[in-house]
Amino acid sequence: METHDFDVIIIGGGHAGCEAAAASARMGAHTALVTHRLDTLGAMSCNPAIGGLGKGHLVREIDALDGIMGRIIDQAGIQFRMLNASKGPAVRGPRAQADRKLYKQAMQAELKATENLTLIEGAVEDVTLDDAGHLSAVVLADGRIIKTGRAVLTTGTFLRGIIHRGEERIPAGRVGEAPSIGLAETLERLDFPLGRLKTGTPARLNGQTIDWSRTEEQPGDTPPIPFSFLNTEITVPQIPCHITRTDETAHKIIQENIYRSAVYSGQIEGQGPRYCPSIEDKIVRFADKTSHQIFLEPEGLDVDTVYPNGISTSLPAEVQDAFIPTIPGLEQVEIEEYGYAIEYDFCDPRDLKRTMESPRLPGLYLAGQINGTTGYEEAAAQGLMAGLNAANAALHGDDAEALTLDRADAYIGVMIDDLITRGAPEPYRMFTSRAEYRLQLRADNADQRLTPLGLRWGCIGPRRQYVWAAKEQAIATARDLTNTRVTTPNALEKQGIHINKDGVKRTAFSLLGYKEITWDTLCRIWPELADIPAEISALIEADALYHGYMPRQESDIASYRKDAGLKLSKDLNYQDIGSLSNEVRTLLSQHKPESIGDAARLPGMTPAAVIALLRYIKQPQDRNAAA
Amino acid sequence: MAGTNTIYALSTPPGTSGVAVIRLTGPQCGTVLSALTNKPSLPPRQAVLTRLIHPETKNMLDSALALSFPAPSSFTGEDMLELHTHGGRAVVAAVLGAIADTGCCRMAEAGEFTRRAFDNGKIDLTGSEALADLIHAETEFQRRQAMVNLQGGLREQIEGWRQDLIRIMAYCDATLDFSDEELPDTLESDLAGQMDRLIQEMEALLNTHPQAERMRDGIDLAILGAPNAGKSSLLNALTGRAAAITSDIAGTTRDIVETHLDIAGYPFILADTAGLRGETEDRIEREGIKRAETRAKAAQIRLIVLDSTTLPHIEPEIEKWLDEDAIIVLNKSDLATPDYARPHIRISTQTGEGLDALKNVLKEKAEQIAGTAETPTLNRHRQVETLRLTMAELETAKTAPAAELMAESIRHALAQLGRMTGHVDVESLLDVIFSDFCIGK
Repeated sequence: METHDFDVIIIGGGHAGCEAAAASARMGAHTALVTHRLDTLGAMSCNPAIGGLGKGHLVREIDALDGIMGRIIDQAGIQFRMLNASKGPAVRGPRAQADRKLYKQAMQAELKATENLTLIEGAVEDVTLDDAGHLSAVVLADGRIIKTGRAVLTTGTFLRGIIHRGEERIPAGRVGEAPSIGLAETLERLDFPLGRLKTGTPARLNGQTIDWSRTEEQPGDTPPIPFSFLNTEITVPQIPCHITRTDETAHKIIQENIYRSAVYSGQIEGQGPRYCPSIEDKIVRFADKTSHQIFLEPEGLDVDTVYPNGISTSLPAEVQDAFIPTIPGLEQVEIEEYGYAIEYDFCDPRDLKRTMESPRLPGLYLAGQINGTTGYEEAAAQGLMAGLNAANAALHGDDAEALTLDRADAYIGVMIDDLITRGAPEPYRMFTSRAEYRLQLRADNADQRLTPLGLRWGCIGPRRQYVWAAKEQAIATARDLTNTRVTTPNALEKQGIHINKDGVKRTAFSLLGYKEITWDTLCRIWPELADIPAEISALIEADALYHGYMPRQESDIASYRKDAGLKLSKDLNYQDIGSLSNEVRTLLSQHKPESIGDAARLPGMTPAAVIALLRYIKQPQDRNAAA
Repeated sequence: MAGTNTIYALSTPPGTSGVAVIRLTGPQCGTVLSALTNKPSLPPRQAVLTRLIHPETKNMLDSALALSFPAPSSFTGEDMLELHTHGGRAVVAAVLGAIADTGCCRMAEAGEFTRRAFDNGKIDLTGSEALADLIHAETEFQRRQAMVNLQGGLREQIEGWRQDLIRIMAYCDATLDFSDEELPDTLESDLAGQMDRLIQEMEALLNTHPQAERMRDGIDLAILGAPNAGKSSLLNALTGRAAAITSDIAGTTRDIVETHLDIAGYPFILADTAGLRGETEDRIEREGIKRAETRAKAAQIRLIVLDSTTLPHIEPEIEKWLDEDAIIVLNKSDLATPDYARPHIRISTQTGEGLDALKNVLKEKAEQIAGTAETPTLNRHRQVETLRLTMAELETAKTAPAAELMAESIRHALAQLGRMTGHVDVESLLDVIFSDFCIGK
């Protein structure tokens, strides 16, 4: 076998690439990360924040598998907020405003210190294949060839990116950086199904020139709650954000110039995200709203740049100059850089395996925005899974176990399943409503769900092993205590707690299910419970809150997993299966579902077709058993 | 939810028959057995004659044979119970209802018995080509049936509820996924009220649904024809009683007159309609004609009555209904026997000539329909149960202590309704959220 320079090469140094590199190295694979410029590793090209609803879940899950995003933001967060704090634990999402510079520094320091990882500056222009069509090397623009059997492609919006600002069109990945055209051509040559998407970004403002007195202050949480299960406190100084809003003067200016927006002039063909509309989109689609809120997000502790979240736009610079100063607080503002829309290629993720490997080019894995997602967290989560699988296959061969998560394991599993079965008709973002088993996939129990799995996979480092072992023990002790402390309604009444006097004994855990009974109440009855750390008792309380819904959810999960366990071969010829309609045959041939469960979820499947499939896949097994 | 693992279904074909077989499979078979028979168990695989009683009312439902097949020696590989009841529709409906009322099992989904047998390795599918065809017919039918058998207004109503529920759930999810956005303040407070309204509408449908009669027990047959062709006389001749007012004044029947009729064991709902004609000054008659046309479109069988004494003239309003599927009768054969090109039956409501021939044709049609269709009784039972479960989920949702729990229960309610009309997925929720609210910073 040919010797490789590296087991795994990560192409790209954004959020997917960094996480993939760390994951691959953590698995013990000899890994290299190749990126245009090492000094942009870990750059936040859009808004300076990590987490949010759904996204915060992803970060906690990455952390639970010993990924790096959670630990990095904990070193760079300058305003932490638990979103939905007033709602139930299943839908709470941690979010932090980041100091861009601190984030980048922390990320670069982390990767430089990572064992098994080499950082290489260079532009990957192409890949080479061996005789079997398997990846054999990556080729750099300067002619260097790096031999490897596994590569993770995380090139984000760099694939034939075009920036639109009014009538201007600038080919670029981000402002000031060249797009990768060679790679896009390589993917096209290999017949990867490419599509086009767009996204946008607002102008950047000089915070020194903002009149903060005209804005509303939004403080962070005190104390800030860290993302990483390894951290107990945040030591970065905390600062507030501010909120202002547009009014009808701004709307009128935008309305009058709408034809100059790249989106409305028809210059952009790619589909943009509905949940992140440009200001011109908001004004056209919600014409009756007379005002839209804007979060003025600081980009760092010692930089003045402010990110006005809420007014992304592709209007020409002079229109941005005209409408931005109509916004309270921004009358005298200096615009450091104008907003723009960016259009880019993505690869249809329905083409991928669950390991994120492309069946078109064995050995090549795709992760991040290139798969049609948006957001740092979505990118990092894919990078993690691609990195783990690339390393696992490099170390254990093509038959290595696929390291995958399903819809009942994690938001990461929901996302990858959505991408593979439904694709990305618009840039894909995580929402809690995408997760059917939302009550069980909480941000606060990500480690309980995933760290044991990570231990089995071999991606959990020694520090987390130690921290997790202690926490696991503490949870077990707390569960045991709350399940063995028992009392009766009569005894409770003597404590002043009134519940249905049915004479039935209840455990401390089941008492937590009553609205009026809190952990403090339990501690009054059983003082020994007071020794349980608050962090652990909060988990027990959350479990108790959803306890009544669990049997149903578990039975739903069982049937989902049973269907997912019935595998369909990718080579299955649907023409061979009798009693399928032509429509269903075409549908199945196009999507090549991996399991009966995937097939059943395809839009357009019929129950009859599912049963015909079941029957078909059962046949060869019977024959094999008989043979 | 306890008992979702035990399922039941009527296993014998539709129509009135000597014996009907109801099957149950799953761990709660014993519970159902003792609830319905007071017997804790039966000797395995032996037919036992027993009384079936309603678990709550203690009314006797039927005298039936019961057979127990303990796991794993059964068709599905699970505990199974078979009840062989008398084949009357009322009996079957009552026994199915009593099983539902035990609260420990649910109606089987399409193909679910087979699915379980398959899962438990009980079926050797290789040798059973016929089974696939059978299942195919069953599930394809049930898929179509969900839409077809729900007629006009009812279907619209259920689809409307589904849309309402998708919207309610989307709003609920919007408060969870976009709490940072500027959503209307009233969003959450409104939802319980909206669910209440849906529950009331469903309750009203279950209790007083005006179409219940139509839904219940029969093949829908519309009698169409020109005024005074003898439609009402035919209805009366078929039923043997004066269900409809007849006279020789054209336009006597203004509204739709419905009659239930058993022909060769198949239940029919005969709908006598206003005579179809183009010109009339009478607003009430015009409305009657409109209703007749609506009813004719929804009917499973259309019976066109032509007047032998006025042929070959046929009003254009009648002509348009004369297609291959229509049954054409030439009435007043005692007065005239003109030639007519399309297949037809000559009858006389006065002398009774041709009525037996007509009944034979109706029986054949009924066999065709019943042969491919689940019985309306079972059908209705399924719909009633689905609606009840939907309502129960909504009741839970309404009082849920947190938005995410409300969403959870609405999700289940939607899944129930989806069984009747189709399915919902997260994309349709997001569609609602993004079109109704300005989301995004």
